[in-house]
Amino acid sequence: MTALLKLLRSAPFSARLGMGMVLITLLAAILAPAIAPYGETAVTGDVWLPASSSHWVGTDNLGRDLFSRLLFGARNTIAIAFLITALSFGVGTVWGFLAATVGGWIDQLLSRGVDILMAFPTLIFALMVLSVVGTSIPALVVVIALLDSTRVFRLSRAVAMDIAVMEYVEAARLRGEGLWWLMRHEILPNAMPPLVAEFGLRFCFVFLFIAALSFLGLGIQPPTADWGSMVRENAGAITFGIYTPLWPAGAIAFLTVGVNLIVDWFLHVASGLED
Amino acid sequence: MNNPLLEMKDIVIEGLTGDAWAPIINSLDLTLRKGEVLGLIGESGAGKSTLGLAAMGYARQGCRIASGAIVFDGQELLGAPASQLRLIRGARIAYVAQSAAASFNPAHRLIRQYAEGPVQHGLMSAAEAEENAVTTYRQLLLPDPENIGYRFPHQVSGGQLQRAMMAMAMSCRPDIIIFDEPTTALDVTTQIEVLAAIREITRRFDTAAIYITHDLAVVAQLADRIMVLRNGDLVEENDAGEILAHPREPYTRDLLAVRSFRKRESDAALKKEVILKVEGLTASYTGENNVLEDIDVSVHRGRTVALVGESGSGKSTLARVITGLLPAVNGRVVFNGDVLPAALKHRKREDLRRLQMIYQMPDTALNPRQKIRKIIGRPLKFYFNASRRQQEARILELLEQVELPADYIDRYPTELSGGEKQRICIARALVAKPDLIICDEVTSALDQLVAEGILKLLLNLQRQLQVSYLFITHDLATVKAIADEIVVMLAGRIVEKGPKKEILTPPHHAYTHRLLACVPEMDPNWLDRLLEKRPAA
Amino acid sequence: MGDLRPDFVGIEALPGDLAEAVLGQSATPETVAAFRKELKLDLPPHVRYVAWLGAFVRGDFGNSLANRRPVADLISWRFANSLLLAGVTALIAVPVAVILGILAALYRNTVFDRLISMATLSTISFPEFFVAYILIALLSVRVALFPSIANINADMTLGQKLYAICLPCLTLAMVVTAHMMRQTRAAIINILASPFIEMANLKGLRRLRVVVLHAFPNALSPVINVIALNLAYLVVGVVIVEVVFVYPGLGQLLVDSVSKRDIPVVQASGLIFAATYVMLNLLADVLSIVSNPRLRNPR
Repeated sequence: MTALLKLLRSAPFSARLGMGMVLITLLAAILAPAIAPYGETAVTGDVWLPASSSHWVGTDNLGRDLFSRLLFGARNTIAIAFLITALSFGVGTVWGFLAATVGGWIDQLLSRGVDILMAFPTLIFALMVLSVVGTSIPALVVVIALLDSTRVFRLSRAVAMDIAVMEYVEAARLRGEGLWWLMRHEILPNAMPPLVAEFGLRFCFVFLFIAALSFLGLGIQPPTADWGSMVRENAGAITFGIYTPLWPAGAIAFLTVGVNLIVDWFLHVASGLED
Repeated sequence: MNNPLLEMKDIVIEGLTGDAWAPIINSLDLTLRKGEVLGLIGESGAGKSTLGLAAMGYARQGCRIASGAIVFDGQELLGAPASQLRLIRGARIAYVAQSAAASFNPAHRLIRQYAEGPVQHGLMSAAEAEENAVTTYRQLLLPDPENIGYRFPHQVSGGQLQRAMMAMAMSCRPDIIIFDEPTTALDVTTQIEVLAAIREITRRFDTAAIYITHDLAVVAQLADRIMVLRNGDLVEENDAGEILAHPREPYTRDLLAVRSFRKRESDAALKKEVILKVEGLTASYTGENNVLEDIDVSVHRGRTVALVGESGSGKSTLARVITGLLPAVNGRVVFNGDVLPAALKHRKREDLRRLQMIYQMPDTALNPRQKIRKIIGRPLKFYFNASRRQQEARILELLEQVELPADYIDRYPTELSGGEKQRICIARALVAKPDLIICDEVTSALDQLVAEGILKLLLNLQRQLQVSYLFITHDLATVKAIADEIVVMLAGRIVEKGPKKEILTPPHHAYTHRLLACVPEMDPNWLDRLLEKRPAA
Repeated sequence: MGDLRPDFVGIEALPGDLAEAVLGQSATPETVAAFRKELKLDLPPHVRYVAWLGAFVRGDFGNSLANRRPVADLISWRFANSLLLAGVTALIAVPVAVILGILAALYRNTVFDRLISMATLSTISFPEFFVAYILIALLSVRVALFPSIANINADMTLGQKLYAICLPCLTLAMVVTAHMMRQTRAAIINILASPFIEMANLKGLRRLRVVVLHAFPNALSPVINVIALNLAYLVVGVVIVEVVFVYPGLGQLLVDSVSKRDIPVVQASGLIFAATYVMLNLLADVLSIVSNPRLRNPR
């Protein structure tokens, strides 16, 4: 715990900035119902009103308060992205570790299967599958988590492969330890640094991916507030010189830049510890 | 006395640790005369490579030459502009790195890399340089000197590549060559070729050299003068013969004594029961080419069998077969009178407990994320189902046995030195109360003095606990020190085996003879005598 | 073959009946039957798969469900448009990214490097549409330099087309350049840390020679790999940018067809994207083998 505090104190400006950005977004998401001046779907004024004291960043294409929707949007989008990332990590790391630890035909089977899934660009694959199964939130979560878990599988398998050849893992095998011990006690603790960094990167990717799908009208469906669909709904405004769509788009960028700044620093620290 | 060719005065070199600069070399002086070979010797962390590179006015990333003077042939190198340094590097001072495989550019042919120096320094035309290369390759006894240069680095074997790099260093006929552990990564029989090549270069061209190594016996063959370094300080400096004959400092004496300790002639006559018997073992990784062919080995209780061979001889593979990691194609392993199943997963927990293993690299043999308490405690829980309190008591007992302080119990392996980590590995093996421990090159990653400590510890433990060792090594000095019986392996077969005395006294099998002959001795004339005896090449 | 399976399985796994899903719950049984007949849904799955695959290979993608026109007609000129967009972007992005990447690696840890690193880190964190709308706001609304809608048709000259796609190209180029540059920089730094570069320096060679003759040939393989992979990424990146700029490319068609559930069009355009992507990935593998000196000259 003290080591963590010390590490945090040694963080450079960019990383502190990133932490600040992520913290602000998280607070906004958690406190949305408490601090939002209006409801998520309440129509409160005219269409595309400019910023004023009653509407801090104006209103959207249906006259809803944009600031309130940004807060609720944070809640929805982050929660879904986090759920998907967690799911994809749960699936990806377990199978990846398994493939690396057991090897043989199980590894071959899993790896070739993932190769086939990864041969498709994620966005195209998701679009094709969603065109068939329809765009509900559960479908979205399962499809993206599954597609994303292939990337997690690749990484965790590669990391675990490097660890599995270490003599301390061999020593545990020779002791007669079972698969679960090997994965949980020998491999996982040593795989944590790259996996934590990857979690940040995958979260960004998933977050951007959902935003992109929503922006295309195929992700989270209205009237649920979601940053990607908010960009889409207000896209028309830009040609009139009204910058409403830049707010949700900027919010997406704000969070991902924050996470990336932290991950960048974390990778730097982790690589420095190794040599 | 003529003027020194290279004079380094009051050199301080600092390295970056975290955000602060800490000294690696503390105010050292070094002089080198024309044609003189200076040996820099020390254990890891002594700063010998850093000092050697500083002679070229070069410091690696994360290091800096903080102060001092480096005068080469009347020119001050420290603080000299890059253009001036460039004229000297390669042309007048050349460098031979430890790993030739990593230091040759994989994209270019050997001869092109040879010719690059002289051509770029304006000494010869490309055609002249290539002609020159063939001559040098011939002088260094490289096979097929006319054509070997037209190969790519990865197409040439390790020992040959190391000699090709020396040829490259010679390309501009430099005044000084810096050899940075050039034989450390090589087998003993290959090492001889490289040492002979270095001797050839320094004698024939009267080239001065700085020879950096951790092996006193190797440097004794080549150096006129030796500097012993430790933690960035000079311990002792003298003529090579003087240092070997009359070392002044205790540290130097320790280094010299490393190869001289021997296991007490144990009660060898007393034949005890056979713990491990390997019969007609044949193994293969691919299912086609056998890596091991018809191996028979037996180990008696409380005795040490040393398995000797060079890289690729199959000695580590044998360990993998015995432990069950690589199931044998043919033959069987009898342990304590029972035939062990070939595959690890079919073996009983009790059999696993009685057969333990210690590895070469203590760094990778201990899980860096587990405390010593867990590393040693887990086998106790696993094999004996010991309670937490029983575990702690036993761990403390073991730490004492391997001569480590009790408070190490709550440390992580990364907080320990290499030798200490290896002691933890020994404790982890002992905690299972094994009958047999397979020791796979357990000392070769350690500094010599530390290695000696480990060997002594292993012998003590054997006396106390009557545990048997199957000791895998390429280092004959280690074998001489600790073995009761010796098994010599070559290309997957046993060449010769028997009690130590028998194997080490002539007549030998031809290969055993070659192996024994290639082990450097602390005698400055050893290399000369060896080369004289060889058919002239 | 493996490439074709997933979406086929997808259709098989469709909840409920495809015909009902497309025609709606209120469709009469006769319409559904006719529809099923047209899509050959009355035949067993493996027969349909083989028939569909055979037709696909011959260039017959079937008819669109939305407007009954042959899919091939719909797709061909849109695919050409997408290729134009991706191609022009690649022409801008590849040289810029590689040069900046090499410079950042050579001048590592300088102000220049840090600026570039911050800028690229931000750019890769931005969603494509954010970059696009900022560019529209700046270069199309504030200063009316370029059109905010990239509308092109077959009658336009190349110059007119290029002018129309300025903003989408710029958007894509920025995003792709950021990715490519970071990876190029990492690859070069990796090479510069190798012992053979130290050796080249200790041989007293000029810095330029070390970089060009010693570092570059070895960096070629990873850098080519980076370029090819990013081109593959580019192919997919066009989808969103096309939607933002209402550009008549394959990506926009795909998105439209997904919302209309026009399965034959989705299948065909998706497969074309996937095929291009797979080809470029394959190309990346082949090129990185060809340009790797160790693999090119086996033992």
